[in-house]
Amino acid sequence: MMTDDRTHRIIGILSDSFFPILKAGLYYTIPLTLITFVLGILLAFFTAIARLSGFRPLVALAKFYVWIFRGTPLLVQIFILFYGFPSIGITLDPFPAAVIAFTLNTGAYSYEIIRAAILSIPKGQWEAAASISMTKAQAMRRIILPQAIRVSIPPLGNSFISLVKDTSLAATITVTELFQKGQEIASVTYEPLWLYIEVAFIYLLFSTVLSFLQSRLERRYDRSVAK
Amino acid sequence: MINITNLQKRFNDLEVLKGIDLSIQKGKTAVIIGPSGSGKTTLLRCLNLLEIPDQGSLKIGEHTIQFDETKKMKSSEIERVRKQTGMVFQSYNLFPHLTALQNIMEGPSVVLKLPKEIVRKKALSLLEKVGLLDRADMYPHQLSGGQQQRIGIARAMAMEPAVLLFDEPTSALDPELVGEVLKVMKDLSEEGMTMVVVTHEMQFARDVADQVIFMDKGVIAEQGTPEEVFGNTKNARTLQFLNKIASR
Ligand SMILES: Nc1ncnc2c1ncn2[C@@H]1O[C@H](COP(=O)(O)OP(=O)(O)OP(=O)(O)O)[C@@H](O)[C@H]1O
Ligand SMILES: [Mg+2]
Repeated sequence: MMTDDRTHRIIGILSDSFFPILKAGLYYTIPLTLITFVLGILLAFFTAIARLSGFRPLVALAKFYVWIFRGTPLLVQIFILFYGFPSIGITLDPFPAAVIAFTLNTGAYSYEIIRAAILSIPKGQWEAAASISMTKAQAMRRIILPQAIRVSIPPLGNSFISLVKDTSLAATITVTELFQKGQEIASVTYEPLWLYIEVAFIYLLFSTVLSFLQSRLERRYDRSVAK
Repeated sequence: MINITNLQKRFNDLEVLKGIDLSIQKGKTAVIIGPSGSGKTTLLRCLNLLEIPDQGSLKIGEHTIQFDETKKMKSSEIERVRKQTGMVFQSYNLFPHLTALQNIMEGPSVVLKLPKEIVRKKALSLLEKVGLLDRADMYPHQLSGGQQQRIGIARAMAMEPAVLLFDEPTSALDPELVGEVLKVMKDLSEEGMTMVVVTHEMQFARDVADQVIFMDKGVIAEQGTPEEVFGNTKNARTLQFLNKIASR
C-alpha cells in the first residue's frame, strides 16, 4: 500500500508536470507531426505519380526510395541523419533532422496508400474520362486523383495517428517533445511509473481528438467515390 | 458518317471481331443485337478507340484511320477520333465526386476549354432536355439509376459528338426506370442524332432503329431494316436468337 505522504507527493508531481508535458506536446509533438505529415503526403504523392508514370528512370527512383525507407527502422534512419551525417560535414539541428527523417519515412508509407487508392478507382472512370476526350493527364488530375484522395483518407488518418506516437522517437535526438519532457521530469522525480502513465495519457488525449476529427472527415467524403 | 471495313480485334488468342464491314448513315440510328459474347461491346468500343482494333479501317466523320497492329497509335490521333464520338455506358460511369451539372460541364470546360458561362448554359439546357433541371446540384449517389443514365447521356451530348454510342444503356436499370431512358434516346434519334445502340430492348429496336445489325460470333450475321430483321428474316441464327429473347 502507498502511504498518504507518497500519494500526495505523486499527485503533486503529476499536477505540476501535466502542463509542462502538455506544452511540450503542443509545441513540438503536434507541429512535428503536422509538418512531417503534410510534407510526407506531398512526397508520397509525387512518388506515386512517378511510379505510375511508366517513365523508367522515375519508376526506378520511386521504387528505390520506398525500398530503402520501408526496409529499414525509423530509429536507424534518424540516427544516420543526426549522428552519422556530421561526419560527412552535414550537421543538422535536432528539430530539422527529425522533420527530414519523419518526412522521408511517412512519404514511403503513405506512397503505398496513395498508389493503392489510385489503383482502386474503377477502370470505368478512366474510360468515362477518355470518352469525353480527356488526355491521361487530365483524367488523372480531374477524375482519378480527387477520388483517390477520398479513398486515402481513412488509411492516411491511421498513419497520421501512428505518426503522432512515432514522433516520440525524436526524443532520441534530443528534441524536447512530449516524451522527452516526460523523461526529463521522471529522471529528477524518481516516479517513472506515474510519469510515464501521465505521458501515455496525454498521447491518448491527442490521438482521441485526432481519431474524432478523422471520422468526421471520413463521413463527409465516403459517398463521392466510384465503387 | 461511319464506315468500317474489315475490322478485326483479337484478345490474345480469342478472335472477337472477325472482319466487320459496316456503314451507318448520318442522322440514323443503328441498333446492334446479338447473343452474349458475340462482340457487340467490343465493336462499340472500337468505334471510340477504347479498344484499338488490330486491322481494318474506320472512318468517322471526315476522319479515316487505318489500323495496323504492329504500330502504336498516337494519343493525339486517338483523341481526335474520340472528339467525334460520345459514349453512354451500361453502368453509367458518372463522376461520383461531381454534381450532375458538373459532370456535364467537365468535358466542355476541361477538354474544349470553353468559357464557364457558355458551358454552364449549355449544360443547363441539356439537363432540361433530359428532364433533370431540378437535379442539377445533386451528386450521382443521390440520383436513381434512370436519372444517372440520363445524366450520362447529357454528359456525352455536351461534347457535341458526331455519333453517340450506347452500350446496353438500360440493362442495369430496374424495369420501371427503363422507359425514361429509352424516351430520351428516342427523342435524340428523332432529332437526327447519329446513334449506335447495343441493346436487348427489342421494342426499342423495332420502333426507333433505322438499321438493325445482328451480330453472332464476331461477325455481322445479318443486317437490314427492323421490318426485314424482325419481320421476315430467313437467317436461322437470327431466328433462333429472336425466339430465345421472346421466350424470356
Ligand atoms: N478486355 C478483354 N480481354 C479479353 N477478352 C475479352 C475482353 N473484352 C471482351 N473479351 C471477350 O470477347 C468476347 C466478346 O465480348 P463482348 O463484350 O464484345 O461481347 P458482347 O456481345 O458485348 O456480350 P454481352 O451481350 O454479354 O455484353 C467475349 O468472349 C469476351 O469474354
Ligand atoms: Mg456487351
